[in-house]
Amino acid sequence: MAYPSAIKQAYGAQLAEIRQRGLLKEERYIHSPQAANIDVEYPAGADLKSVTNLCANNYLGLSSHPEVIQAAHKALDERGYGLSSVRFICGTQDIHRQLEAALTEFLGTEDTILFPSCMDANAGVFEAFLGPEDVIISDRLVHASIVDGIRLCKAVTDTYKHANMKHLAQKLEEHADKRIRLIVTDGVFSMDGDLPPLDEICALAEKHDAMVFVDDSHSTGFMGKTGRGTHEHFGVFGKIDVITTTLGKALGGAAGGCVSGRKEVVELCRQRARPYLFSNTMAPPLVAGALKVLDILSGSTERRDKLEENTKFWRNGLTEAGFVTKKGDSPIVPVMLYNAKLSQDIARDLFNEGIYVIGFFFPVVPQGQARIRTQLSAGHDIPLLEEALAAFKRVGEKYGILGLDKKGIIEKYGM
Amino acid sequence: MEDVILEYIRDEYLDEDDDDEEVELDSSTPIISSGIVDSFSMVSLKRFLEKKYSISIPDEEASAEAFDTVASIVQLVQRHQGDA
Repeated sequence: MAYPSAIKQAYGAQLAEIRQRGLLKEERYIHSPQAANIDVEYPAGADLKSVTNLCANNYLGLSSHPEVIQAAHKALDERGYGLSSVRFICGTQDIHRQLEAALTEFLGTEDTILFPSCMDANAGVFEAFLGPEDVIISDRLVHASIVDGIRLCKAVTDTYKHANMKHLAQKLEEHADKRIRLIVTDGVFSMDGDLPPLDEICALAEKHDAMVFVDDSHSTGFMGKTGRGTHEHFGVFGKIDVITTTLGKALGGAAGGCVSGRKEVVELCRQRARPYLFSNTMAPPLVAGALKVLDILSGSTERRDKLEENTKFWRNGLTEAGFVTKKGDSPIVPVMLYNAKLSQDIARDLFNEGIYVIGFFFPVVPQGQARIRTQLSAGHDIPLLEEALAAFKRVGEKYGILGLDKKGIIEKYGM
Repeated sequence: MEDVILEYIRDEYLDEDDDDEEVELDSSTPIISSGIVDSFSMVSLKRFLEKKYSISIPDEEASAEAFDTVASIVQLVQRHQGDA
């Protein structure tokens, strides 16, 4: 009730500052299902524009797959819309356990527990199985949700330089006196699209008697020969102690996440993880949709193979055109622009060309590291990507950045 | 002491193969509020200081403010050396 005008003004000033610094995030309204081509209302009130979507996490093009939709419909009819309960009261249907078992099988682990999202999984997992006698040694670029989860946990914290194995080894030695050393990394880093050497991380873990935690949200479903994730990609399938991942990206894109790994860790999450204990169970249509996704992926690698082909085409195309990209094997391909305004200007011009991408800049990425993050999908095809590449070249030419390296772009536009 | 601590911070927190070579660092550069050292990594800086200077810094004194510049870290270390 008490909302004094001084407080209202203070909030207003904060928002004005965000806007003035060019950091205001505006949402664009999409009037169609998620797909390679979408109808977008932008700015608000404008006529709909059909654009090629190069910024969704819809890596396998399954977000609007007819079989997934049908499975969700069926569950809606047979199991209802929602359960109005947390899992441990009256929110666990047989299909929840089926999905947990299917994820366990797919990820090659011992057991799995569903969460409302991977953000929630990461927020709750550390506190559930680590205490003050343990240490978490995390890569310095891990996802924000992991950072939040670590903050909620009483374990000692330390970090190692991004993907730097020498530094990690040094940290493992320094913390030899702790009960548990937990190495924490993303499987694919979401802003750069690069992969840490998971095989080397596992070797170090073995040598120093440490556990390994991987957030595979940007890889489950397509990294590795059969799409199981970065552990398959690096030949360490079955060796990761704790995997967290999402159902909100490649695996249908609706909602939900999980912790999958050692049986006891999963069971401790079921007993103790606060986001699990205090939030609603996953809705039946989402559970059934995800089960169908895993069924499709277990039967064929066609989609991840196509994604791999699209990714190669796109990475090569951008590099040959003279853009600066970050190296990696993932379908996340950042086009580096360094200057925040330049990233926004180019994203806007690309939208006019019929390409939907977003400029990322501080604080989402470090200062002076502004970029356009492009993301490939199995829903794209080569002719569509050829058109998108032509649009990128036209805009790149307009701004005179083709063929310039980092130094050249910064000289021209500043950081 | 200042140079020793600066060298440690450069080695430990700046990434030579990334873009950090451009970061200017001296005794008055904010290292925590600027994001050079994140709160999870402060533990290694504290451990380094304790080992190197044979002191013990209580957790409540190892605040983001006290650790924000090398100048303030030097003050903190010298105060504890005086205690010994």
